[in-house]
Amino acid sequence: MSPLSGYLLLSALLFSIGLAGALTRRNAILVLIGIELMLNAANLNFIAFWRYGPNPAALTGVMFTIFSISVAAAEAAVGLSIILAVYRHSKSINLDAMNSMKG
Amino acid sequence: MNWIVRNLWLVPVLPVLAAGISALAKRKSRVLAASLAIGSMSLSFLLSVWAFAHVLALRNSGQPSLQVFNFRWFQFGNEWLSLGWMLDPLTAVMLVMVTFVGLLIFIYSVGYMEHDDNFMRFFCFLALFAGAMLGVIISNNLLLLFMCWEIVGLTSYLLIGFWFSNPKAAAAGKKAFIVTRIGDVLFFLGIVWLYAQSGTLLFYDNGAGFLEHSAISHLLTQTTTTGICVATGIALLIFCGAVGKSGQFPLHVWLPDAMEGPTPVSALIHAATMVAAGVFLVARVYPLMSAHTGLADVITTSTALQAVTWVGSFTALFGAVIAVAQYDIKRILAYSTVSQLGYMMMGLGVGGVSVGMFHLITHAFFKSLLFLGAGSVIHGCSGEQDIRKMGGLGKLMPVTFVTYAIGMLALCGFPLFFSGFWSKDEILHAAHTWNISQAPFYMGAFAALLTAFYMSRQVFYVFAGTSRLAEEHHDHAHAADTSSHHGSGSPHESPAVMTVPLMILSAFALLLGFLGTPAWPWFQSFLEDAPVSVNFGAFLTGGMLPVMLSSSVIVLLGLTLGWWFFGRKPIESADAPDNFGKLSPSIFTALGNALYFDAIYGATFVKLTTLLSRISDWLDRWVWNGAVQTVTYTVLGFAHLDNFLDTNVVNSGFDEGCDTVSRSGKLLSMLQAGRIQGYLKIVAGALVVFTIFLLWKAKI
Amino acid sequence: MITFPWISTLTIVPVVGAIVLLAFGSRNKVLVRWIALAFSFLALVLTLALWHQFNPLADGYQFQELHAWIPALNAEYRVGIDGLGLLMLLLTSIVVPIGMLASWQIQQRVSLYFALVLLLQACLVGTFTALNFFHWFIYWELGLIPAFFLIKLWGGPKSAKAAMQFLVYTMVGSIAMLMSFLAIYLATKTFDFTELAHLAQSGKLMPAVVSTLGWHLFTPAHTAMVIFLGVFLGFAVKVPLIPFHTWLPSAYSEAPTGTTILLTGAMSKMGLYGFLRIVLPLFGVQMQQVLTPLLWLAVATVVLSAYAALAQTDLKRIFAYSSINHLGYCMLGIFAVVKFTGGDAALTAQKFAAMNGVYLQMFNHGLTAATVFWFIAMLEKRSGGLRGLNDFGGLRKAMPVFTGLMGIALFSSLGLPGLNGFIGEFLIFKGSFPLVTWATASSAIGLLLTAVFILGVLQRVFYGPLGEKWVHLPDLTLGERLTLVPLIGLMFALGLYPQFILGVVNHTAIQMALNLRNF
Repeated sequence: MSPLSGYLLLSALLFSIGLAGALTRRNAILVLIGIELMLNAANLNFIAFWRYGPNPAALTGVMFTIFSISVAAAEAAVGLSIILAVYRHSKSINLDAMNSMKG
Repeated sequence: MNWIVRNLWLVPVLPVLAAGISALAKRKSRVLAASLAIGSMSLSFLLSVWAFAHVLALRNSGQPSLQVFNFRWFQFGNEWLSLGWMLDPLTAVMLVMVTFVGLLIFIYSVGYMEHDDNFMRFFCFLALFAGAMLGVIISNNLLLLFMCWEIVGLTSYLLIGFWFSNPKAAAAGKKAFIVTRIGDVLFFLGIVWLYAQSGTLLFYDNGAGFLEHSAISHLLTQTTTTGICVATGIALLIFCGAVGKSGQFPLHVWLPDAMEGPTPVSALIHAATMVAAGVFLVARVYPLMSAHTGLADVITTSTALQAVTWVGSFTALFGAVIAVAQYDIKRILAYSTVSQLGYMMMGLGVGGVSVGMFHLITHAFFKSLLFLGAGSVIHGCSGEQDIRKMGGLGKLMPVTFVTYAIGMLALCGFPLFFSGFWSKDEILHAAHTWNISQAPFYMGAFAALLTAFYMSRQVFYVFAGTSRLAEEHHDHAHAADTSSHHGSGSPHESPAVMTVPLMILSAFALLLGFLGTPAWPWFQSFLEDAPVSVNFGAFLTGGMLPVMLSSSVIVLLGLTLGWWFFGRKPIESADAPDNFGKLSPSIFTALGNALYFDAIYGATFVKLTTLLSRISDWLDRWVWNGAVQTVTYTVLGFAHLDNFLDTNVVNSGFDEGCDTVSRSGKLLSMLQAGRIQGYLKIVAGALVVFTIFLLWKAKI
Repeated sequence: MITFPWISTLTIVPVVGAIVLLAFGSRNKVLVRWIALAFSFLALVLTLALWHQFNPLADGYQFQELHAWIPALNAEYRVGIDGLGLLMLLLTSIVVPIGMLASWQIQQRVSLYFALVLLLQACLVGTFTALNFFHWFIYWELGLIPAFFLIKLWGGPKSAKAAMQFLVYTMVGSIAMLMSFLAIYLATKTFDFTELAHLAQSGKLMPAVVSTLGWHLFTPAHTAMVIFLGVFLGFAVKVPLIPFHTWLPSAYSEAPTGTTILLTGAMSKMGLYGFLRIVLPLFGVQMQQVLTPLLWLAVATVVLSAYAALAQTDLKRIFAYSSINHLGYCMLGIFAVVKFTGGDAALTAQKFAAMNGVYLQMFNHGLTAATVFWFIAMLEKRSGGLRGLNDFGGLRKAMPVFTGLMGIALFSSLGLPGLNGFIGEFLIFKGSFPLVTWATASSAIGLLLTAVFILGVLQRVFYGPLGEKWVHLPDLTLGERLTLVPLIGLMFALGLYPQFILGVVNHTAIQMALNLRNF
């Protein structure tokens, strides 16, 4: 088994944990955490494919990952502030109660 | 042209003006109305006498006595309709008679109607009547005559229904108008036909009038498609008008009912003048009536005159038979009038103008005398009209009694000293020598017998014996009805304003006959423009004496029979059965009901009219309207069908489509549940599927 | 030459009046009534001025106005009057004020009511003066609208149905007429009455129409007949002839009496006018082909309507049928005039008589029927809406003057000589008898029956004992008497001196009858 497959397996595991968290939790913060986990699984993939890829000298994976982490940070900030606003509005962060966008 | 000929129109117009003024005047001005009517009538009388004198003067100087004045009335197409008036002996005689009798009756009415509230209206109508009647007499145009004739009918209607609050009077007026109008419509068609054939309606127009030779001979040459001579057809249609107006059988039914009007009206209109207008009409158009295609020197009688004779003689007998069984004093006189009018018609048919007209003139005087006498009796008895309840009035009302007796004897034709004798005798004589049949003579003679009988019956009932008036006076409905129009109290003689006209009339009833005796037939020669001389030998020629003798015997026999039944012993009470009626009560009852003619007409013509009107109404409501409704409902049916198709076929298809779209929209909108995790689940599911798909594909 | 446009002015005046009334609104009811009456009197004055200037001996139309209108359709605005048109204008101008006076007591939407009456008058004037089918038809149809609303909005309990029936019935007839006229227009390219009449007289009209249409299923004669029947239906409904009359009794009895006066006095003349102005000149041949059925229709109209009147118990229905009866005589006269006589001089003179009689009868019927209905309106006002034959009795005692004057009007309707009704009937009978003997003789039954039902009315309403209820019924007021005097006076005047009318219309009657002689 190559080191790449190990990283990929870890990444898949992380992604699955994140997905399960995002789908099953009712707490919005926990769902956000799940999403962050999935994002980081993707970052792990980037690093792994760069390191074991055909051209490790180009630093493309690192660049991508740094962008991705900074975007994720912004996203988390926005997401958390939306959750805070929702909480202020409805005194709850339970996602089941939030269906006013229903079509 | 003489002044009186040019201004003859004043004679009818004066009373009409008087009527017009009193129609516009205040309701309470009694004196004004009476004096206007009487004044205008006196003026008309004076003018009539002048006209009469003028005709006499013309005759004596040997000039033609016929004078006409024609004028244009209105234009249609290229021709003018001309009207006109005429003065000839016939007109002159009638003018004097109508104005004189009318004047006396007007004066009498002042007394008779003095208790009535509508005094004004009475004189207004009466004056209008007089004007229209005089118009009938002077007109020289059949259309003008017809117009006046209709207005006469209108006033008759108004005066019969004068006491309009009494439903019987209102019904009688309507009946009179409608029954006479049946005749008048046929008369109208006759006029129209005549106009079409001859092109003029003037009687005389210097040779161009339709009663003059050229027009008559033209009419005689024409025949209709059914083969009737046009002259005969027109003459018969005109005669229909006379039948209606003069109460001839079968249109006699209105005349007895017309007695619901005030008695002076009965005297003037329904005895002396208007009902005689029919006779006058036949006399006026006599050249047309008597026109026949036979050779001039062969004695024949035209079909029209035969019809006149038969209708007249039958009516004479018919009226006399019914008069025998009447109890109402005025109805007896009414049927007597019917009978006498029949006599006049018969006289015209068998003897010519002068024969019929002589009886018309004498009858006018003695019958108006009788009616006015009856009015005096009714006035004295506080409105009672049933002769069974009278009796003994001879002592209480001596003037009335004597004058009434004179009138009665004149009507019966009592020999020598009474006018009715001479005029009736002449008719019987003419009938005796008629070339067609002897039957009218026997019918006339029998009617004369009955006349003497029913008149003596009436006189004995009313004037002989003792008064039966006190019995159950106020129980009688009719008395209560009319007593408001008269003074009340015990029987009393009438005031002078009523008795003086009676005396004047009775003088004429006595004397008038001597103007037309066979020995000195002045009247006949006056009408026929022939010379006159005294000739006592005339009694002996032409079977005159036997006829006179037999008619005298008949009259005496009738009077004796009357005495035998009613005068021999006094009538005990008002409820006692009629002495004559006891012989055969059932026939007497039938006669008392005028042979049920009213009922028969009611069951036939009136029913028929009602039925036809119902049918017509039914046609209107159901058939015509039904057809329209059917069309309407067909259209509506299509509309509903269309509506049905729309809702259930066209509409539902469209609705279904709409529903489907909106349902699928709902279904799809279920995906948009608004739950973020739901969306994520779908994304995850899709990811799984894609992954599996990719893996599976990679494997291949 | 520019002359004063009399006829257009006469048409405009009522329209202006209607606009003024609508603008004014119903605030002051009394003033509205007087304004309306003033406008109708203005129209009357204009008509009298026309009457004064009219030359009764001139041929053709007078006071003509001609303006191009829609060149593409060859439709011109052409108006003008002859004796008949003038007579109808006079009748309209007399009847409309009567109708207004009889509607004086109306309380709801007063200004609308009187505005509609004035509009109706304008349409009537237009119909009686138009000489081009195009705008003639517009007036003809437009007249229905005010009439419809007058019946529907102010009528009795069943007025909605009656108004609908009236509208739809007349509309069906009008549509049939319009179809026929379109066919004629397609063939001739003209709507002008005079031109069409000339074409018909020279015998070119129907061949042209038939060749243009070319319906292969029909023979030419049948095609011409179909076209004639279309026009005939339009007018027969309006007159009306039995059996096209069933709208009339309910419309007349449900309409407010003031409107009934307009319907019977003026609008019923539109149909007769159409027969005289359009059917006689254009369709003489076709009428001669079916003359016998037409005559029997006229006789049926006269006799059946008189019988039907006898069976009615509502005064307005009685006189509605009486109206049909009187117009039936006019139809008899018109049909008699059509009869082929081969130019026989004596019979042509009879045609002149019948034609004059028809004119006179049209005017007399308008005058008399309007007056009789006015009396009914006054009786209704006094009795609180009752007008049944059996509701009254003995009224003569309570209101003698009313009875006397209404009696005059009734006897005029009966055709008593000396009043206006007689001469018209006499002339019609005189002219028709030699032409169509049996039909005329049968119609005489109508004369008798008229007497029966009119005397029946007099007997049951005015004679007999006076009912408790009616003891205090007021007699005619001074104002009512004064307004009635001219009408009653006119009845006497026309009865005694008919030359007053005949002198004006005689020349037109001769022309109209002569124009038929070619057939």
